[in-house]
Amino acid sequence: MGFLLWLVFSSAYASWGVNMTPGATEVSRTVFDLHMTIFWICVVIGVIVFGAMFWSMLVHRRSTGQQPAHFHESTTVEILWTVVPLVILVLMAIPATKTLIEIYDSSESELDIQITGYQWKWHYKYLGEDVEFFSNLTTPKDQINNKATKGEHYLLEVDEPLVVPVGTKVRFLITAADVIHSWWVPALAVKKDAIPGFINESWTRIDEPGLYRGQCTELCGKDHGFMPIVVEAKSKEDYAVWLAERKQLAMAEKELTSKEWTLDELMVRGEKAYNTACVACHQASGEGLPPMFPSLKGSAIATGPAAGHIGIVVNGKPGTSMAAFGKQLSEVDIAAIITYERNAWGNAVGDMVTPKDILAFKQAQE
Amino acid sequence: MSAVIDHGHAGHDHHHGPAKGLMRWVLTTNHKDIGTMYLWFSFAMFLLGGSMAMVIRAELFQPGLQIVQPEFFNQMTTMHGLIMVFGAVMPAFVGLANWMIPLMIGAPDMALPRMNNFSFWLLPAAFSMLVSTLFMEGGGPNFGWTFYAPLSTTYAPESVTFFIFAIHLMGFSSIMGAINVVATILNLRAPGMTLMKMPLFVWTWLITAFLLIAVMPVLAGVVTMMLMDIHFGTSFFSAAGGGDPVLFQHVFWFFGHPEVYIMILPAFGAVSAIIPAFARKPLFGYTSMVYATASIAFLSFIVWAHHMFTVGIPLTGELFFMYATLLIAVPTGVKVFNWASTMWRGSMTFETPMLFAVAFVILFTIGGFSGLMLAIAPADFQYHDTYFVVAHFHYVLVPGAIFGIFASAYFWLPKWTGHMYDETLGKLHFWMSFIGMNMAFFPMHFVGLAGMPRRIPDYNMMFANFNMVSSIGAFMFGATQLLFLFIVIKCIRGGKAAPAKPWDGAEGLEWTIPSPAPYHTFQTPPDMSDEHEHRKGLAHD
Repeated sequence: MGFLLWLVFSSAYASWGVNMTPGATEVSRTVFDLHMTIFWICVVIGVIVFGAMFWSMLVHRRSTGQQPAHFHESTTVEILWTVVPLVILVLMAIPATKTLIEIYDSSESELDIQITGYQWKWHYKYLGEDVEFFSNLTTPKDQINNKATKGEHYLLEVDEPLVVPVGTKVRFLITAADVIHSWWVPALAVKKDAIPGFINESWTRIDEPGLYRGQCTELCGKDHGFMPIVVEAKSKEDYAVWLAERKQLAMAEKELTSKEWTLDELMVRGEKAYNTACVACHQASGEGLPPMFPSLKGSAIATGPAAGHIGIVVNGKPGTSMAAFGKQLSEVDIAAIITYERNAWGNAVGDMVTPKDILAFKQAQE
Repeated sequence: MSAVIDHGHAGHDHHHGPAKGLMRWVLTTNHKDIGTMYLWFSFAMFLLGGSMAMVIRAELFQPGLQIVQPEFFNQMTTMHGLIMVFGAVMPAFVGLANWMIPLMIGAPDMALPRMNNFSFWLLPAAFSMLVSTLFMEGGGPNFGWTFYAPLSTTYAPESVTFFIFAIHLMGFSSIMGAINVVATILNLRAPGMTLMKMPLFVWTWLITAFLLIAVMPVLAGVVTMMLMDIHFGTSFFSAAGGGDPVLFQHVFWFFGHPEVYIMILPAFGAVSAIIPAFARKPLFGYTSMVYATASIAFLSFIVWAHHMFTVGIPLTGELFFMYATLLIAVPTGVKVFNWASTMWRGSMTFETPMLFAVAFVILFTIGGFSGLMLAIAPADFQYHDTYFVVAHFHYVLVPGAIFGIFASAYFWLPKWTGHMYDETLGKLHFWMSFIGMNMAFFPMHFVGLAGMPRRIPDYNMMFANFNMVSSIGAFMFGATQLLFLFIVIKCIRGGKAAPAKPWDGAEGLEWTIPSPAPYHTFQTPPDMSDEHEHRKGLAHD
């Protein structure tokens, strides 16, 4: 036991932090002050009430020869300890109301970002900018399974952080595609549920450039603990450069659809895309976690006609966790994933599904 | 039928002992037998739910996945919550009600004894079904004890249907139990025992019973809507079909908030009997205690959306639920002040029931403080769904409900068994529970404030220290409960014979009958009229 304690407590990243941090925005500092105010009010009340109780327990004992008093009611006292707490509560409610009104005012935003929760990743879309991407956990499986040393940002690191400019009122439009998630970044004091069929609003204005980390806070299934949030605040100039790069990247991605692909190229890209989008349920071995998440290895769909395989990946399977990836992934990635699934783990169909096939399939549906 | 045969011989009924063998327990309509079965069932569920908590704490002992995979972890958190709420805490209070309410009001039995038997025997059926889902293909419920749709409908494992049916059975059981309590209290009080003369345990249970009758049908409604969504093609909670996932939360918490008071009000009543007994001084502010309990019950119906501050309800709704929630602090404060005043200038001794009762008042108040913090909506955006909330509700449920039950058990064990429990072991049980419980749950405030969400099987290293402390405390608390089992068995099998009234400061009709309580009591109701009481009081001095 002692050794274990030493092992953990001596870890470089462990901490004994006991409180909320003031955070990185005006709102988060106000919330922090509110938190500390109510905390100290509780401490004062606690010291008085518990102090009286402990005094009584020390002094008013039979062992000290104490004779019991007989008083058992007093209307005056009852009124007093009804009214005084009421007054304290009213005093507490005033700053809370002010802060709440401020938090609810998401008007006059300068940048709108749509946030969509998926099982188990976040999707960010910069409205009016034609830039959108998924943000996935990048912590390697080996670290989670204790086969490798855990890094400082274990479980709080993603491939693509949400990038926002500092000093700008950013409005978040938060929703979900499957179950309810909740988008929380403690340093911004923003926590809002992502609910399918609803669009919730929230906003922030970050003062300083930096990385701010958070997690999904509404139980959303198996990998609820593995869908972190990272917000990268950049200076306005850096943000403009970043946005331009992203736009170019999006153009290049679209051109890939018309490129002539070879089986090997698709397999390489497919493995990578599979390990981002599919691996949580169907597992790296392709064996899934039956019966909730079926095996793809030797499955009828993955080894049957390509049309059926494309259909389920593009449209999903209603009533199950299998999402419609047609709206989530590019044609290139879908084609690569399907090709990979048909030719990995001993599945040896040997055929190749190209981005053009996916495009044709989607157009035929419309 | 026996009533017909025995007509004219009613006075001899108390010579009839319990039936022999197993069928005594299956067919019994005796409130003491049924109370005993409720209490044993509840303790079995407490150990089962507790062992699931041990799995959770073992996995969270260190960062990384060691013992269980996330799917099973989610089943453990879900089943732990369901079993503790519906299997351990609620049946324990119904067991105490069965045993003590007739004894406290001078009634021969519960008003509806056959229904009493049925409401108990539904529980083993319900929980066998619920626990069996863990062995089904796809696993048991994994969507949290609050089972938010659509995770619990479209995305649920197939066993969810069994879960729904089990909830229905528990609901039937609770409603029948509650009707029985109301009927007993309103109809079978001894002559002269007016409502305002009832012990507070009876009062708090009367109010609890009305809460149960009001909200258990709401729970039944919400699980039925789930059933319809899953099997009959409706879309109550499915946005794609025009439904509303947030509706689920409104309906659930309309049940859920009164439910949390259902789990604490009877403990308020028990502690209001125990503290005066060991302070040797009458309860301070009896009348205000009754009104405070009633106010809490009323307020419990208008605060449900404080569980939903982050779902995006409009500003006015947010403000209303924040103010209403803050108001609950007023009657709760009155109760705490009354208990403290009862202790003030008493002549206190600290036997095990008193230790648990005093710890109840102090630690429940700490849970109340964090509740006050959670009520502040803008601050709740930071607390919501973090370990701070886990710390909060474990502080009101473990030293609240569970310590209340332990205090009651030690207080009335001499009456139930006819023996005194082992005081040294009882105190050891208290101190181990007290230390273990605080070590397990206090650090959860810290990791919650530092940013650790609840219901996650793995976490960043910055949360590691306090999680390990929590786990060690939880193991200690868990292991200590086996000691309680040993103490109770030892007390049943022997020990110093208990007098009719083992606690010199205790008040109430239950102490006027011998220990152990005979199988049939108060066949002839005691006279509680003022004049009679007065005479008895003189004789007593």
